[in-house]
Amino acid sequence: MTFLTLFVVIPVVMLLALWLARNDSQVRGVMVVGSTALLALAIYLVLAFVNARETMPAEQYPFLFGTAIPWFEPLNIYYRTGVDGISVVMLLLSSIIVFTGTFASWQQHPMQKEYFLWFTLLSVGVYGFFISVDLFTMFMFYEVALIPMYLLIGVWGTGPKEYSAMKLTLMLMGGSALLIIGILGIYFFNGQFSGQYTMSVVEIAQLHAIPAFIQKIFFPFIFIGFGILGALFPFHTWSPDGHASAPTAVSMLHAGVLMKLGGYGCFRVAMYLLPEAAQQLSWVFLILTTISVVYGALSACVQTDLKYINAYSSVSHCGMVLFALVMMTQTACTGAILQMLSHGLMTALFFAVIGMIYHRAGTRDVRKLGGLMKVMPFLAVGYVIAGLANLGLPGFSGFVAEMNIFVGAFEVNDTFHRACTIIACTSIVITAVYILRVVGKICYQKVADESFFKLTDATWDERVAVGGLILCVAGLGLAPLWAQNIINDAVAPMIHHIMGTGAVAGM
Amino acid sequence: MEYSYSFLILLLPFLSFLVLGLLGMKMKKPVAGLIGTAVLGVLWCMSLYTAYNYFFAEGRGADGLFPTVTVFNFTWMKFTELLTFNIGFRLTPISVMMLIVITTVSFMVHIYSFGYMAERDENYKKEEYEPGFQRFYAYLSLFTMSMLGLVVATNIFQMYLFWELVGVCSYLLIGFYYPKHAAVHASKKAFIVTRFADLFFLIGILFYSYYVGTFNYDLTADPSLVMKLPGAAYFLPMSLFLMFIGGAGKSAMFPLHIWLPDAMEGPTPVSALIHAATMVVAGVYQVAALMPIWVAYAPNTLHYIAYIAAFTAFYAAAVACCQSDIKRGLAFSTISQIAYMLTALGVVTAMEGEGSVGYMASLFHLFTHAMFKALLFLCSGAIIVIIGSNFKEYMGGLHKYMPITNICFLIGTIAISGFWPLAGFFSKDEIVDACFHFSPYLGYFMTLVSGMTAFYMFRLYYVIFWGDSYYEQDPDHRRKPAEVPFIMWGPLVFLSVISIFAGWIPFGHFVSLDGHVEEIALQHFHFGTTAWMSLAVATIGFALATYMYAPKHNPLPNKLATAMPKLHKAALNRFYIDDAWQFFTHKIVFGCFSIPIAWFDRHVIDGMFNFSAWATQEGGQAIRPWQSGDVRQYAVWFLTGSVALTLILLCI
Repeated sequence: MTFLTLFVVIPVVMLLALWLARNDSQVRGVMVVGSTALLALAIYLVLAFVNARETMPAEQYPFLFGTAIPWFEPLNIYYRTGVDGISVVMLLLSSIIVFTGTFASWQQHPMQKEYFLWFTLLSVGVYGFFISVDLFTMFMFYEVALIPMYLLIGVWGTGPKEYSAMKLTLMLMGGSALLIIGILGIYFFNGQFSGQYTMSVVEIAQLHAIPAFIQKIFFPFIFIGFGILGALFPFHTWSPDGHASAPTAVSMLHAGVLMKLGGYGCFRVAMYLLPEAAQQLSWVFLILTTISVVYGALSACVQTDLKYINAYSSVSHCGMVLFALVMMTQTACTGAILQMLSHGLMTALFFAVIGMIYHRAGTRDVRKLGGLMKVMPFLAVGYVIAGLANLGLPGFSGFVAEMNIFVGAFEVNDTFHRACTIIACTSIVITAVYILRVVGKICYQKVADESFFKLTDATWDERVAVGGLILCVAGLGLAPLWAQNIINDAVAPMIHHIMGTGAVAGM
Repeated sequence: MEYSYSFLILLLPFLSFLVLGLLGMKMKKPVAGLIGTAVLGVLWCMSLYTAYNYFFAEGRGADGLFPTVTVFNFTWMKFTELLTFNIGFRLTPISVMMLIVITTVSFMVHIYSFGYMAERDENYKKEEYEPGFQRFYAYLSLFTMSMLGLVVATNIFQMYLFWELVGVCSYLLIGFYYPKHAAVHASKKAFIVTRFADLFFLIGILFYSYYVGTFNYDLTADPSLVMKLPGAAYFLPMSLFLMFIGGAGKSAMFPLHIWLPDAMEGPTPVSALIHAATMVVAGVYQVAALMPIWVAYAPNTLHYIAYIAAFTAFYAAAVACCQSDIKRGLAFSTISQIAYMLTALGVVTAMEGEGSVGYMASLFHLFTHAMFKALLFLCSGAIIVIIGSNFKEYMGGLHKYMPITNICFLIGTIAISGFWPLAGFFSKDEIVDACFHFSPYLGYFMTLVSGMTAFYMFRLYYVIFWGDSYYEQDPDHRRKPAEVPFIMWGPLVFLSVISIFAGWIPFGHFVSLDGHVEEIALQHFHFGTTAWMSLAVATIGFALATYMYAPKHNPLPNKLATAMPKLHKAALNRFYIDDAWQFFTHKIVFGCFSIPIAWFDRHVIDGMFNFSAWATQEGGQAIRPWQSGDVRQYAVWFLTGSVALTLILLCI
């Protein structure tokens, strides 16, 4: 058992400690210690990973720090862990979001203890998902991550929270129903054609036994199943309602990390395990994702609720992730993972700031806000920076990710892919339109309401959350090469495998 | 390494931005300003030293050309093994020239802003620096860094990166007075219009890199090999033109010029720096940097630039003739002058000889124009500080009260109008000359536009400094104008001196397309017919403006306006181009796409899921009575079922 398990153990210990905690300050203490430990662990993981890669190249050792403990022998279900470059950056992202999310919900009331319990349980699911390489274990952690969301939105949310929570959970559960079919299909048909029944992602990829016509049956199940979580058009409608009703840190965690499970799963399970189907069916999903990208951006232009704007913007940006994945070139897929990382950070920042503004001004309606730069300069600057990062300004992470995606997408030289790429490119203009419209309206101009003059700027805990995220967004934007190298290292063999252009990755 | 200090040219302003941006609010305002200005002073010295080193100390290489020095060039992102995104620092004759232009104007603007960005009492005494003074200097530093990064770019993608950054600096500075609705609107418009153009730039870069396999300016590849790629003969010129559209957005070419006049909502020093001297010529610089590739791969497409630019030059000059906001007048003049530069680039037909003159002429004009247009804008800033308004109605007769500004503005006006021996004469006549070589029609057309230039510039000069004085009409109730303090007129005088003498710089010795020495005949008093002709046309423009606007109470301009009401109104409304764009964005993009899509999403797509949820629930409700708990009913069902099954079995 390697230290990867700590990613699950620490939150579980936190759960126990939270359960025992007697008052708010103890609850906060547990959260700060725990999330700091997770962040430290993630940073250690990155360093250890980079170090280990020097002696163990990705071609021979696709997953490092592996463990395999039998869990349910008859079905070959193992507790199997291991990380490659993609999961490493995703774990880092999750830790950053959990850390800043803790500070963003510092003043979350009522029932802070229960809130943090569910919050931590959600993170158990997320961490578990990213460290596992066993289909069933992955699925189980995925489910663990979904349930707390229902309660977090339903209890601590705002607006029509019960409706939104129900809708979100049902749609995502619908996704997991598709997933379990797909996973069982992969398991049994792989077993049937290779004679070796296994749930291990690596082994299934290595065996590569499922014939193309069967792959084509199960590919849509898995791609759409994960795609629902990744806000794939037309299965994205849980996102605007869900985000709008969720409390601040839950929006952050949901958009920042949970939606990434979708893109990650599409790549790791759907495309990696069913490569022929991915090649043959990619055109369908290319159309859907291109629509997602432009459709989300255009919808965001006319929304009036800050969270809706951001939710539609997420549809557009997460659409970009899936768009890049189905382009199936190495550069584009690296871009997709970078976009997941970047979108996670940016959107978390956005939701954090929006939540804080809402907490003070009591409204998220663009038409009622204005002149925030005068009354809460720190938050307004945070919002402007989040906006500029979102529209892909160089120096922030969005630019890095988008350029990788566009350059990668352009490597595919046929008219259909070109046309889709150019259509997707137009989103950079539409994004500028809706971001600047909102920034101009709420941050600048005259203070919209007399009562706003009494509002205060961010408190220290909010500054930690916002400042930390800005630092990460700028850090990735200024020095992208390290992240790109870590990711590329994992993407390259996977793309070779999917496109059938290289040696199949071995254990 | 000879230029090893040069990383500081990018690093220092960036650090100054970070310090002023993060700690600025804790500093005293003058301290923040001094930090920014001191950094710029250092940069200016470094640039001059670099130029001296590059052009004189090192000089031409063994082949008689100025070498291209790549001081550093590191991999910033790696797309594939072959295709990398580098960031570096490259010295070529034009980038060194741009270093000087940017740092000189920026340094002057930094000094000048101490005077401009201040709140003054009735006697124009400074009371306090404006709120946001630190932020202003922080943005200026960021802008300077980005603009320098743009010109020293080693590849087209680095240029794009800094291109976006200068765009956002422009956005932030136009919207500097953010409580004003007009400023916010203008900043948004500027950013979105240029972003729209940048989309084409980006697609152009993507096509270019796909066909050429690199982002570099200089292709080492053999043209015949590149052209063998399927589709290259079509796509490569297209990609270059797409990149030019990006440049046309930044350089405000028709019909993407609409943001520049509105951008005048920003503080005037910003207009001088960004929207007159440096950022708006980025498009010119981009085409110039890619010129060898244009000539090699897309010589015919290149001429489209000339046609677009020539039309823009005429259009902007026509609109400039009847603006009553002096800054907008100058903005249209800027558009027209940049169009001159692009026309000159568009008429390049060969890498050497007669056909390549346009390249040198264009960059020469870029250099001189940066100086005298910055001068004119800073003068207008001085006037605005005193008058408190941009509109000509509040001015008039200022020559008595603001003698220094008057002289400086006059120098700028003469320079831009193209009278010997000031700077504009030499650079502009080189351009007109190049146009004549390309096509006599274009030459005559550009000569006509230079006549219009003289007319509208002298018109502006007269309505500000001569004619009816607004103050004298009611001296008791109106503030008496006065000269601005030294901190403001100092930079004016400095730039005036440059504007007077810049024309005598033997520019062709430093910058030319093939790298060899090119002589400017005019500097040796060899006046050709074109020179005489444009002098004559400029004189006519000058005389007309003098006749119409110099005397007090001349009714002629108003008469002309009422004689041609439609034309006048159209020119006043900038020929309705803004309205056309407004229609496009609001009615087409919002009306036909955004709103219907948002509706569709909420009602059709979401409705579908809500419907399925509703249907499930209703279905459940419908079959719920079956599970009634009523034993008799169950018995009936049981009996019916058994009978039915028995019958079925019997039948089979």
